[in-house]
Amino acid sequence: MTILADIGESAVIAWSSVRANKLRSGLTTLGVVIGIVTVTLMGTAINGINSAFRKSISSMGADVLFVGRFPWMAFEDYRTYRNRKEISLTDAREVERQVSSAVAVAPQSDGNGTVIYERRRANGVWINGNTEQSLTIRGLALSQGRWFSATDISSARPVCVLGAFLAEGFFPQESPLGKKVRVNDTRYEVIGVIEKQGSFLGAWNQDNQVVIPVTRFQFDQQMRPDYQIAIKASDPTQLAETVEEVRAVMRRLRKVPPGKPDDFAINQQDVFVKFFMAFGGTIGLVGLFITGLSLIVGGIGIMNIMFVSVTERTKEIGIRKALGAKKRSILIQFLIEAATITLGAGFLGIGIAWPATIAIDRYTGFAAEMSWWILAIALFVSVLTGVVAGFIPALRAARMNPVDALRAD
Amino acid sequence: MPLIQIRNLARRYVMGADTVHALRGVSLEIDRGEYVAIMGPSGSGKSTLMNLLGCLDSPSEGSYDLNGKSVARMSDNELAEIRNHEIGFVFQSFNLLPRSDALHNVELPLVYAGIPRTKRREQARKALANVGLQDRMTHRPNELSGGQRQRVAVARALVNNPSIILADEPTGNLDSRTGTDILNLFEQLSRHGNTIIVVTHEEDVAQHARRIIRIRDGLIASDEATERGKTAATASHQRPVADSAPPVIGA
Repeated sequence: MTILADIGESAVIAWSSVRANKLRSGLTTLGVVIGIVTVTLMGTAINGINSAFRKSISSMGADVLFVGRFPWMAFEDYRTYRNRKEISLTDAREVERQVSSAVAVAPQSDGNGTVIYERRRANGVWINGNTEQSLTIRGLALSQGRWFSATDISSARPVCVLGAFLAEGFFPQESPLGKKVRVNDTRYEVIGVIEKQGSFLGAWNQDNQVVIPVTRFQFDQQMRPDYQIAIKASDPTQLAETVEEVRAVMRRLRKVPPGKPDDFAINQQDVFVKFFMAFGGTIGLVGLFITGLSLIVGGIGIMNIMFVSVTERTKEIGIRKALGAKKRSILIQFLIEAATITLGAGFLGIGIAWPATIAIDRYTGFAAEMSWWILAIALFVSVLTGVVAGFIPALRAARMNPVDALRAD
Repeated sequence: MPLIQIRNLARRYVMGADTVHALRGVSLEIDRGEYVAIMGPSGSGKSTLMNLLGCLDSPSEGSYDLNGKSVARMSDNELAEIRNHEIGFVFQSFNLLPRSDALHNVELPLVYAGIPRTKRREQARKALANVGLQDRMTHRPNELSGGQRQRVAVARALVNNPSIILADEPTGNLDSRTGTDILNLFEQLSRHGNTIIVVTHEEDVAQHARRIIRIRDGLIASDEATERGKTAATASHQRPVADSAPPVIGA
């Protein structure tokens, strides 16, 4: 008898057995359903965080280098980095002049502070000093008005571009364009509004920002700002060459003797990616393992009920053996029966987890995202649970001696 | 060549510290087409002999050749194949699967023989029609009478064209009328050349056979032809008729 025929016959038996014991099958299923729901929800949560992360990261641009004093995601040697010479606007200008493989270069500086318009006030706003070139570098789009012109930057005009959150908060009815807002006590004229961006890593609201010319930043925001130079490479596939070119130019500018290490860092978004993958991956694995425990509990329930089923049906096993069923046929029969129960549980679990994911995503602001591979894995895991949990009971059935089995009542 | 040839067949069971000698060395031959009854009081070893003949069990000692093949030392899987192809069981308690309808019950040996679905359905239908149950195919065992269940069991035993039909107390659970029906059915099967071995403790059931083997204390006590057997033998050594239509038993 072929395995396929075994499976066909077993599926029929399994279904009739499950139907004959609806309540029992249902209750047993419950444990696996809960397991599948928790694992699936954990999966969607991890998936949601990953995809939010990817969206946030891509807003930084894969082909953009950031030159600064501090390397990203390095938490040791803070003092060494802090004592490095600041990156200056002159450095940025020279990089722009000398690096041939860059399409855009923008020095930028960040701080935070208070923005006030008439009686409205916003604290903890991200204040970003930037240039006309960073629109390309940051890949931003404007919903109203315009971005800085080269003259705005070179003459350090008091103009600003608002993030969507601030624009909505300050100007719910009127147009913000042409209005004067106070950024840390200096008046700036609003010339544009950035399109809504959402949050970075689900935590930091990128729309709560105001962008001002970097050339003004040092006058009225910070005395000695720590600049970063954002450099967009002309060819993303040749990024490594651009990195080397930038390194050479920076070493020359900062007069680093040959043989000495760089006194600056060239950062790319991939450090974030690496860091997150290591960190997020571990958290995800631990989470999946803990939720996976509930699946094991469900699996034990299945194993228990399969032992009961095998004992109850000893006679049936005897009959089948007397009629020519081999060990393999009996084994497959009970494995399929267990897998049928858990597959049903898997579908039920998905039926609960899917709407739950949508609800969590919509009503809690916590990122959760269902995807086809999670569904496929959930079903695979449920079948696997059945096969693993059903194996020992099925083996016991398969090994029964036909004479003894027939004698059972 | 005899269909069944056993030599010094013995079967011991170890039960705790005791060893039970269920069968102590039995030798016998059964030819193709014979109708044999095995008799004996309970505990005599007749069930053990039947289990061995039916390849449900393996002997502790001795040889057993079925169709010229030695089955005494076969593996579990080989025994399963022998049971599937060579032996048709009719059990005392019918042993039908309670949740399956008559058709699926009869189909079962063919499932394990690996016969494709449409073909085995057709064969099973034919076997059920042959025992007069063509209009009961979709009934489950609990929707059938005792006699009908026994006929389903017979159809299942015959569906694979086995060398031997092995019946264990086939009339035990039936009223005398249905019991007679079953014995008539065996009678016809025997006339058609099927080999039939009936295990029973009822003398009048045994008398339907051509030969009675009596077992006592794990040994053969006697082995002789019945009245019918003697008349059949004297009425010339007629070969069984195998080319006419199979028997049809009405409900």
